Amino acid sequence: MNPAPSVIIFTVLSGLGFGYLAWLCAGLATPAGIGAFLAFGAGYALAAGGLLASTFHLGQPKRAWRAFTQWRSSWLSREAWVSVAALLAVAPVALGALAGKEPGLWGLVAAALCLGTVLCTSMIYAQLATVPRWNHPLVPVTFQLFALAGGAILLPLPLVAAVLGVVLAGVLAIGFRIGDARFAGAGSTLATATGLGRIGAPRVFEQPHTGGNYLTREMIHVVGRRHAARLRRIAVAGVVLPALILPLLPSVAGVALALCAHLVGAFAARWLFFAEAEHVVGLYYGRR
Amino acid sequence: MTRLPSHTDRKLGLVIDLDTCVGCHACVTACKGWNDQGYGVPLSDQDAYGADPSGTFLNRVHSYEVQPQEGAAQIINFPRSCLHCEDAPCVTVCPTGASYKRVEDGIVLVNESACIGCGLCAWACPYGARELDAEAGVMKKCTLCVDRIYNENLPEEDREPACVRTCPTGARHFGDLGDPDSDVSRLVAAREGFALMPELRTRPVNRYLPPRRKDAREDVSLLAPLLDLEARGFAAWLDRMLGKMG
Repeated sequence: MNPAPSVIIFTVLSGLGFGYLAWLCAGLATPAGIGAFLAFGAGYALAAGGLLASTFHLGQPKRAWRAFTQWRSSWLSREAWVSVAALLAVAPVALGALAGKEPGLWGLVAAALCLGTVLCTSMIYAQLATVPRWNHPLVPVTFQLFALAGGAILLPLPLVAAVLGVVLAGVLAIGFRIGDARFAGAGSTLATATGLGRIGAPRVFEQPHTGGNYLTREMIHVVGRRHAARLRRIAVAGVVLPALILPLLPSVAGVALALCAHLVGAFAARWLFFAEAEHVVGLYYGRR
Repeated sequence: MTRLPSHTDRKLGLVIDLDTCVGCHACVTACKGWNDQGYGVPLSDQDAYGADPSGTFLNRVHSYEVQPQEGAAQIINFPRSCLHCEDAPCVTVCPTGASYKRVEDGIVLVNESACIGCGLCAWACPYGARELDAEAGVMKKCTLCVDRIYNENLPEEDREPACVRTCPTGARHFGDLGDPDSDVSRLVAAREGFALMPELRTRPVNRYLPPRRKDAREDVSLLAPLLDLEARGFAAWLDRMLGKMG
């Protein structure tokens, strides 16, 4: 799949923002006064900024409001609803924190909605049987862990962030391994795609068009996989490094460094998430 | 409404005969031609006369080589377009309700004025049936020429999809695949028509007819009887004599 920068930036930043807001609302370490203003401001900026970035890849951004209508069947529509609900639900918690109040029970509701937004985002991908690598329960688990680990670094909750970083690194490594076998496991081949398997072994003789088209650009994007092995190591190292940095450097600089490492890992992992995903339509073109 | 209807009154679709398709791409051209002036925005091209031309098409013709267990390989031309699936995954993922499946005839359509061009339906389609138009920013797909098949301004013989109407070899058929007595349903039954990627459980309406079995080449030459000549008369005497001299 095409690793479109707008979608990568959106999923990483909004995931981080909603993860951060979820921790803030959960009440484990809620800042007060000006600290609360900065913290919730940053959370809102990341979450809402990411959502805004996601509209850049739409063909008709001015009709984006229509995405609220089909929540009964569409995860993208559910994401629209839950994200707006989360951003609204966080507001009273943020205002309360400014006045020095604890988030309380409502904070947990807001936190659940924040994580629910990340779940909806991940389900947009995980629901697609056409992209076997995405069509797996580890995908929503990975998205949740990215949000929670990144948010815990920002809060900061050094111990929680360290544990989540290690778990996330493990899940990423397992996810790469499982993902590699998904396409073959799904069972779609050129033989099933064309139905010509009943005669013999088919192969592409001639392409239907000499140039590229929307399908080849969007879904048969093979260029991005060139450095896959290296990017996998960067992704795993990036998310596990905060577990070393945070205990060794218990300062603002440590948090900043840990966040940088986490984001490098997150962007590498999210790039690979798209670049390595193979769509079954590639079978018709003899390339995935 | 992007929830799928529980049933459709008819199941209009195409039956494509892989035995007779010669891969001329006339259906591609006819489709592009009709849909430049019919339902929705035209199918745009980018850099049409330049070095890197690209454009939106609703129908593409692939060519495959199939090697059977025994005998020579076969070339099979393979038109690919929307299959108007009964469990169309492109419809349920649509966040705006722009994608829908019609109850009256089962055609899967895009309401272009509600499409935000997110591209998720194209991701959900296994068959590459949907292409986002780069000019209009909305999703384009086969409409089964919904603006032809019910169009009473057209002569009756033209009230079928442009690809079917134009096919010079009669490799494309249009009809109601929900009616077991329709011509297309009988054709599918007689020729053992099949669906594409059944493992993804999209339940396509369109069917493909497999190439017929090719005659096996006989090892004995057709000229064999002519080669087995018996000499007679003078030639027979000469043949005997020369044989003895041997």
